Amino acid sequence: MLSITKRFLNVAANRGISFRLYPGEICALLGENGAGKTTLMNILFGYYSCDEGEIFIKGDKVDLTCPRDAICRGVGMIHQHFALVPSQSVLENVIIGADTGKKIFLDLKSAKEKLRQIQKRFRLQLDPDAKIWTLSVGEQQKVEILKALYRDVDILIMDEPTAVLSPGETEDLFGTLKSLVQEGRSVVFISHKLNEVMSISDRIIVLRAGEVVAEKKTKETTLRELANLMVGRELLEKLDKKTMPPGEPVLEIENLHALNDKKFPALKNVRLVVRRNEVLGLAGVSGNGQRELAEILFGIREASRGTVKVKGRLLRLGSPVSAIRLGMGRIPEDRIETGLLMDLTVEENLILENHVSPEFQRRGLLDFKKIQRFSEDLIRAYDIKTASPHAETKSLSGGNLQKVMLARELAGKPAVVIASQPTRGLDVGATEYVHQRILEERERGAAVLLISEDLDEIFALSDRIVVLFEGEVMGEAVVEEASMEQIGLWMSGVRKK
Amino acid sequence: MDERGEKKMRLTIVKREPLPGWARIVIPIAAVVATLLLSAIPILIAGGELWKSYFYLFYGALGTRFNLLETFVKASPLLLTGLAVAFAFRAKFWNIGAEGQLLAGALAATALGISLKSLPAFMVLPTVIVAGFLAGGLWAFIPAILKTKLKVDDVVSSLLLNYVMIHIMGALLFGPLQQPGSSWPRSSEIIAAAKYPILMPRSRFHLGILIALLAVLVIWFINNKTTFGYQNKAVGINLRAARFGGIRTNAVILWTALISGGLAGLAGVGELCALQYRLIMDISPGYGYSGIVIAMLGNLHPVGVLFSSLFFSIIIVGAQTMSRMTGVPVYIAEVIQGMALMIMLIFLLFTEYRVKVVRK
Repeated sequence: MLSITKRFLNVAANRGISFRLYPGEICALLGENGAGKTTLMNILFGYYSCDEGEIFIKGDKVDLTCPRDAICRGVGMIHQHFALVPSQSVLENVIIGADTGKKIFLDLKSAKEKLRQIQKRFRLQLDPDAKIWTLSVGEQQKVEILKALYRDVDILIMDEPTAVLSPGETEDLFGTLKSLVQEGRSVVFISHKLNEVMSISDRIIVLRAGEVVAEKKTKETTLRELANLMVGRELLEKLDKKTMPPGEPVLEIENLHALNDKKFPALKNVRLVVRRNEVLGLAGVSGNGQRELAEILFGIREASRGTVKVKGRLLRLGSPVSAIRLGMGRIPEDRIETGLLMDLTVEENLILENHVSPEFQRRGLLDFKKIQRFSEDLIRAYDIKTASPHAETKSLSGGNLQKVMLARELAGKPAVVIASQPTRGLDVGATEYVHQRILEERERGAAVLLISEDLDEIFALSDRIVVLFEGEVMGEAVVEEASMEQIGLWMSGVRKK
Repeated sequence: MDERGEKKMRLTIVKREPLPGWARIVIPIAAVVATLLLSAIPILIAGGELWKSYFYLFYGALGTRFNLLETFVKASPLLLTGLAVAFAFRAKFWNIGAEGQLLAGALAATALGISLKSLPAFMVLPTVIVAGFLAGGLWAFIPAILKTKLKVDDVVSSLLLNYVMIHIMGALLFGPLQQPGSSWPRSSEIIAAAKYPILMPRSRFHLGILIALLAVLVIWFINNKTTFGYQNKAVGINLRAARFGGIRTNAVILWTALISGGLAGLAGVGELCALQYRLIMDISPGYGYSGIVIAMLGNLHPVGVLFSSLFFSIIIVGAQTMSRMTGVPVYIAEVIQGMALMIMLIFLLFTEYRVKVVRK
């Protein structure tokens, strides 16, 4: 790709970027959110067309007008948000849109055989007949990879592939990617996670504000150098965590049992206590009941048994209203689908939980002046980058969406804060901001439950760490006494050292 | 896909930058103009003289005082059913059942309009109107409850309930509501106190038209100024996030259904109490279904619905005169309505996307 430029509404997302990819390498595109990584790759995938510049694939100058063109030329891309049909099986999803020849009827048998062989070759174990909705995110990603391999792509672009994966799943993925390049295929790995980029890639291209700022061989660079290149400033996330003794219990979870969407037990006899001025870090590999626990606490899932109490008052299970009334600040892992209403304005999102309070309405009539004043205050306090309180929420970047989420949930000074994967998909700057906010909440006196698959995050923020494995509490440790190895063992289901 | 080296042109559709605000007004007007131009084709096929046909289409709808007022008479049920559908669709409650709700309103108005002889005259009409609203609302309540409690698809249930209501009406018109001594499926005439007053002499411009215009204001007000309008919009945008944020989404859907069905019910009351005075099987020529088209054409906005219902009634009323004067069949009106919807949907597509020529 030579001197690619792409503008959106006069804002250049890519400015004269040249990019080369060689066979048999993993090339990482590193940069903060909004640096133009995804845009560049969307151009290579034919999803956007560039305003200036040329693209050559295997020596041919190409003009890619749609992803189909790109796929025909052997380019495959896996986006952050998967393009799978939840109600269909793995096999059906893999063959959607693939070249099936001129036959009228689907030849499922030979397709299945072909899929089996690909699975064997790359050790991607999955039941081809499983329905997508029953799969974990990591498994769904495997389906996306299978889809690309089924189409026999030589260039596989992966946009933030590890954002949704647990550490174990990430390792699996890296294994798969390595076996791909051994066959002479190439992988573009878009990420802003430095250590992953260091461990998987052969070559690193750093983007900042739509331009290439550096191109490095992975062996010849360091984490610190990359971090500096990426953010353009010295990045030292040294969190200022004050020592404070935890206070009285605020959130009490007793004997909680719950089923997951497939009606299998997801939580078994979970008992947790979170105290005032304390961050409890809940670690675990994804799919071990964290999501179900978070959803029960958010009030959007019912439990089969057990109780949740906030300051001694019972949460009505399955009632978001009850969760809000009890003073829970809830940061869901999926802010786009669950947390925010993307087609509403920023201010409409900010008042969602208390738009019926006398502060914003009288006799059913909304008081727009007060709403605007309230929103402007929050936008300032949380440094939300938006054109105005009336801007559509979907126009905001990922980090700012999370700030809107935080602003809404923390504005009411909740007694309990439940943060589920609060920094997933965020860049370094935004992550740092979220971490600081969480610690501020702890200092203010909130009881914080931090659910995260990022162990660094868990260790940096928590006072105590609890590990969930197959829906059960495997172990608990105070952070000063906890070791990464111990936590790792618990996460893999081993109780004793 | 593999014509290498060969230059070829191709059209693709790409997303465009957001259009400025004026486009929201210009585009529907452009769609209407395009519809009228394209209507030339069916008119010519039907053997009409083009300019004469257009002239009588508009003259018949707007040319004389009586015709103009008649256009409003025709617009009022279309406006009410259009608002009913638009309000429901805003919350993504897919109410396809405005027809049945209209009939429910007419049925309630008939039952009370015949029997309320002992009530003081000034109370009869308000009672009839409120009852018609509630009857339509309750009929819409059924699919809403099925949707919220049992997750039954609202498109299917609300649509099928139309046929249930038609048969209930038929049973009543051959049974308890049948005019004594008549062998036709029709009711007795309602009492004078239950009839809508005519507001303009020498015309049929009746109270129902004012009610419909008032409904535009009320729905606009609910949508833009009230907490309920906010909730209704939030539920339509993302049910899961709305529920997460503490909105009682089931209650919002039920209330939305009540208001939506109520508006359709008012359309039924109007047809009965202002025009027919007695219930007949053909009380509605499909106003409930037209309401869906009108709501879409009006972009689900109450003011948009006002204009699209007027457009529809101009075509319907004008087509009568056109047919009389040129011999083009009145069914041309339905062809034009169908084209209007398709063209509007295509035009709306181009507010978000544009066509791009690509050289390969």
